[in-house]
Amino acid sequence: MNGMFKEFGADQRELIHILHHVQAEYGYIPTEAIRNIARHLNISESDVYGVLTFYKAFTLKPRGRHLVTICMGTACHVRGAPRILDEFGRRLGIAPGETSADNEFTLETVNCVGACALGPIAIADGEYHGQLKSSQIENIIQSLTEDTKE
Amino acid sequence: MAKINVTQLEAIRARLLEAREQEKTCITVCGGTGCHAYGCLKVAEGFKAEILRQGIEDEVTLRLTGCHGFCERGPIVVIQPEGIFYQRIQMADIPEVVSRTVMQKEIIPRLLYVEPRRKKEIVYERDVPFYKRQKRIVFANNGFLDPTELQDYISLDGYKALSKALFEMTSEEVIEEIKDSGLRGRGGGGFPTGRKWEICRKARSQVKYLICNADEGDPGAYMDRSLLEGNPHSVIEGMIIGAYAIGAQEGYIYVRMEYPLAVENITRAIEQARSIGLLGDSILGSEFNFDIHVFKGAGAFVSGEETSLMASIEGRRAFPRQRPPFPAQEGLWGKPTNINNVETWANIPPIINRGADWYSGIGTQNSKGTKIFSLVGKINNTGLVEVPMGITLKEIITQIGGGIKDGKKFKAVQTGGPSGGCIPADLLDLPIDFDTLTKAGSMMGSGGMIVMDEDTCMVDVARYFLQFTQEESCGKCVPCRVGTREIVDILTRITRGEGVEGDIERLEDLAKTVKAGSLCGLGQTAPNPVLTTIRYFRSEYEDHILHRHCAARACKELTGYYIEPEKCVGCLLCLKSCPVDAIAGERKKLHVIDQDACIKCGACFDVCPPKVSAVSKLTGKKWNRLLKKIAQAKRVAQ
Repeated sequence: MNGMFKEFGADQRELIHILHHVQAEYGYIPTEAIRNIARHLNISESDVYGVLTFYKAFTLKPRGRHLVTICMGTACHVRGAPRILDEFGRRLGIAPGETSADNEFTLETVNCVGACALGPIAIADGEYHGQLKSSQIENIIQSLTEDTKE
Repeated sequence: MAKINVTQLEAIRARLLEAREQEKTCITVCGGTGCHAYGCLKVAEGFKAEILRQGIEDEVTLRLTGCHGFCERGPIVVIQPEGIFYQRIQMADIPEVVSRTVMQKEIIPRLLYVEPRRKKEIVYERDVPFYKRQKRIVFANNGFLDPTELQDYISLDGYKALSKALFEMTSEEVIEEIKDSGLRGRGGGGFPTGRKWEICRKARSQVKYLICNADEGDPGAYMDRSLLEGNPHSVIEGMIIGAYAIGAQEGYIYVRMEYPLAVENITRAIEQARSIGLLGDSILGSEFNFDIHVFKGAGAFVSGEETSLMASIEGRRAFPRQRPPFPAQEGLWGKPTNINNVETWANIPPIINRGADWYSGIGTQNSKGTKIFSLVGKINNTGLVEVPMGITLKEIITQIGGGIKDGKKFKAVQTGGPSGGCIPADLLDLPIDFDTLTKAGSMMGSGGMIVMDEDTCMVDVARYFLQFTQEESCGKCVPCRVGTREIVDILTRITRGEGVEGDIERLEDLAKTVKAGSLCGLGQTAPNPVLTTIRYFRSEYEDHILHRHCAARACKELTGYYIEPEKCVGCLLCLKSCPVDAIAGERKKLHVIDQDACIKCGACFDVCPPKVSAVSKLTGKKWNRLLKKIAQAKRVAQ
């Protein structure tokens, strides 16, 4: 991991860039990364921890194999996004922000993806499913599961 | 390409224009995020393949353009130069579009947009009512250029304003021009842009910074993203002109990480601009040096507040701080910093090109120019609309937006995002500008405009926004951190039917405290959604509290589903759709919902055919009576 920060200067202004980099590389921020980043930037570990837990982009735990993100923007909200979120949560057996015990699914919410014409929207592994009805959710989950089997 | 000077830029432009004029036909495919979600990339690929297949690549140009704004009808394809407007294009339509429309100029009626009220087919983009009432200045070129091609931007007068500013105007003259134009900040604050620049210009420092705030956090607003994605060079050009006026050497564009395409397009555009000397040292051969960095945000709503944003660029938590000192005096790393929003920057080149007089001729007395709104929610034509200030809400909603979805009744329009408020039907004739919206208890904000109909519960909307701000509160000030939580708790109770008398007064009290006692804009405006919904929709609050009645039937705890025996035809549709098997019945026999097992997901309500509409949503007295009846029946059975 030490070589990883070479392209970044040793200044606190690089902290968020570095965290983005580690998050993209590992899918989360491992504990030893916190230590290494702190050393590289010559700041305390608690500073790194404070910043990384402040922002939603960074997680301390790895995400599941499949990521389902529900847009909770206002346009989606008035078009029934809470019902969509409930139904995904119920079918996957996890609350928003959680990852299933078998590491298959992570369910997340996002404040707005700005595709309001398609609300309510779920993004399943990068694919947009727009104007969703709760009756379509079973199929979406199933197609994700089938992808894994293949 | 080598670095160019101003004469060379004009030579390139002349050459590009000539080439563009020789273009016979151009197929433009909208490449905005809305259309991306509809699958426009596949459509563009399909056109490319079809053009090759028919061997007409010398006669036809294909362009994946910036956002056209009419997201409702994506994927959108416009055939130029005629401007033939096709919507909801599918892969199967492509061969026919190329052979008939592109080659023979023949119109395919089924792909045209049909104006819903008069059932009239519309052939040309300019005649579509959605566009007709708009005045597109900032968005003017989005549909004509490929945002990945610097040449496209140059051919459409790109960087002309920059040449003019650098070689024909002094910094002070640029500031005067912007001041005279009357441009006010489009990020929500509405502070006069020219004055802001002047303060920063006068600040004494060797080093000055310039920031473009593209941390567009308001849910339901996406015009900034559309500009960065669709016409990134217009933002860059505005920033360079601003830097020249202020005397800044370095700039940052702070973009939300939730906008990956915007990050990609603006980063590429900066590299392109740098490669030919539009950024960097001695820009266009002048003595002016300036460069821009892209900073990808990390997901925090509060970082849209200017002092928080700067803390974030410095690599710290996005905490706001006390002002003064204002950023123009002490900003990024303690140096004078000018910060403007994306849309503000994109307004600069047209103002310099066409002059302050032209610009200030548009709009109202104190709000000049146009504003982009994202018209979303329960509206027929969802999309981005650019309108002159002073247009009424009614014109936007009925004429551009095509009215309310599914023939429902309009209830309110929410402007200004989580800091704004809900405006009721009787204020629809309000001419909108910065000041009128504030007077109505809402605000312009970044321009989100969320339309709500009879199915939207205003208490739930207030709860939604407060939950949003509560989660996004950075926690620095107690009134915001604790106050928003208290407000959310009360609102949640009310939406669950657990409200008590006095709750409304408690909410008003708390709201005032949070407004008065918070440090930054987030806390100072967070209570607005509560205050405006109480002001205009007080009876809905009272209904929830006193009668457990949610008129919109949106609050889950106060509503339930019921199959009306006289309407049910026993088609099994709802029964099959129920995810928890809570519906009993047989073919051609009455279906009944087991209310204990029902999770109120609404699947049965969605699938029941409109002709039958046997599943109804009950609330208040009717629902309470039904629950009582069921309880009684149970007791009898025992």
